[in-house]
Amino acid sequence: MLEVRDITIKYGECEVLLDITFNLPDGKTIVLLGANGAGKTTLIRALNGTLPPARGSINIDGRDLNALSRREIAKSITVVAQENETRFPITVMEFVLSGRFVHGSAFGWETEDDLENAKKALADCNLSGFETRLMNHLSGGERQRVVLARAIATNARILLLDEPTANLDLSHQAMMFRLVRERCRTQSCSAIVITHDLNLASEFADEIIMLKNGRIAAKGTPEEVLTAENVRNVFAVDVLLDENPASRKVRVTAVF
Amino acid sequence: MQRNRAMLLGGGLAVLLLAVLAAAAMLGAERLPIFDLNEQQRSILFDIRLPRILLGACVGASLAAAGAGLQSLLRNPLAEPYLLGVSNGAALGTMLAFVFFGAFEWSRPVLAFAGAGVATLAVYRLAKSREGMNVERLVLSGVIITTFLSSVIVMMTTLLDAAKLRSFTFWLLGDLSQATLNGVYIAFAAAAIGTVILTSQARALNLMMVGERDAFDFGVEVGRVRMLVFGAASLVVGASVAASGSVGYVGLIVPHLVRLAVGSDNRLVVPFSAVAGAIFVVAADTIARTAIAPRELPVGAITALIGAPLFIYLLRRK
Repeated sequence: MLEVRDITIKYGECEVLLDITFNLPDGKTIVLLGANGAGKTTLIRALNGTLPPARGSINIDGRDLNALSRREIAKSITVVAQENETRFPITVMEFVLSGRFVHGSAFGWETEDDLENAKKALADCNLSGFETRLMNHLSGGERQRVVLARAIATNARILLLDEPTANLDLSHQAMMFRLVRERCRTQSCSAIVITHDLNLASEFADEIIMLKNGRIAAKGTPEEVLTAENVRNVFAVDVLLDENPASRKVRVTAVF
Repeated sequence: MQRNRAMLLGGGLAVLLLAVLAAAAMLGAERLPIFDLNEQQRSILFDIRLPRILLGACVGASLAAAGAGLQSLLRNPLAEPYLLGVSNGAALGTMLAFVFFGAFEWSRPVLAFAGAGVATLAVYRLAKSREGMNVERLVLSGVIITTFLSSVIVMMTTLLDAAKLRSFTFWLLGDLSQATLNGVYIAFAAAAIGTVILTSQARALNLMMVGERDAFDFGVEVGRVRMLVFGAASLVVGASVAASGSVGYVGLIVPHLVRLAVGSDNRLVVPFSAVAGAIFVVAADTIARTAIAPRELPVGAITALIGAPLFIYLLRRK
């Protein structure tokens, strides 16, 4: 359970997030929507302790984030950030295993447990057989899945994903969301996902939070939040709403 | 990298190190037999050649391990103590000690360490901008610091008399001929402590070489790791430079070759670089001693001759 109470984040004097309050209960997936610059990434960086809030509090399972060490935070919260490149030849397996940092001693080698988690995460992300491939030889989408696999291999219970589907093809977008939702439901994990795809949000979110200019503009189930009025308010775009005939969820079509 | 293969490679490197040390002890202006040394040969071996060879091994291990650590920390395969100006910082510190505190032998490594540390922080500050740190910016910052410190060093040399000046010029280029047993003790202690510290941070460095933010997200205390790696690198570079001047490019060549063999896992790259660096510098110094015997070349000239083309290759390969 992640509890966010009235947090305000400042860059210098500028308030980029204002009075944000919400709960992320175990087992749930929250999708974060908002225009570019609305503060979505800033919120994710605040939730894992990178940006300490100027006011308000963040609690993980009843414990204040401020009181936890880097290692303790990383054990419960993991982040899939927007992509990174490296100039060193790292294999996929080495990359995924590096995410197990908090589980070992500084000197030590990986245990069987580490290897098992890494292999399982790779299999979950459709990456079996990629173990010895080099990261800088992969396509953007493949790399993004490896980054997700590294996060999953940590076994952290809270997943924060910053546009995890940006480079992915259609099937892997669905795979990514299904995988995250599965983990939340079966292993009492929870996730916050940033995306720009309103229909993916509608399909997979238990709850949607819309941000506008650093404030929460709307919050609730996909049916409650995805209204023409809210979308116009946040994205300045007119939309038509109907029902996806297959999943019976709200379907959003932009009108240009 | 499979662990068995890593063990095999480690063992191979250790054997190679022993072989190179033995060969270096026998080769030279005066070729020594393996057994039955006479009084004079004994003196050459134990008083002159062995201190020099052992110092070369410590210096090589130090520079290569420091290079490997700095490269991962700064996410830049071109980072190297000599090219970043760290060696020149240490050289200036050594000179200050030599000119002003000549009576205290210990002041040299101490001020060299301080000089290396200041130069490291200066380069880091200069290279880091709001947008982060790219490869070219770091290399340029290194050039600026290096040339600035070089001119200060040149101005300092005007304080020296002609006889000292010649040995100083040699020393600046990287020269092991002034090796003393005392120098070996200091260099060995620094190399051992520095390599252990750097290796202990290897897992954190594996994350850092992908990105500082990544490392932070996955539980690395980034600031602490940075200080430890900068501190350890300054320690080993300070001790090496105080003893043997600025031997260049070792920290570039050796980690690069080690990565070709074992991949990028710093738990292997850092310690293997230390051993391979020892082999490399002892071999290079043996060439420096024998190529135009009885005259000698500074070992730094040999390493730069190999290193500069490799640097160009690495810079062009994106």
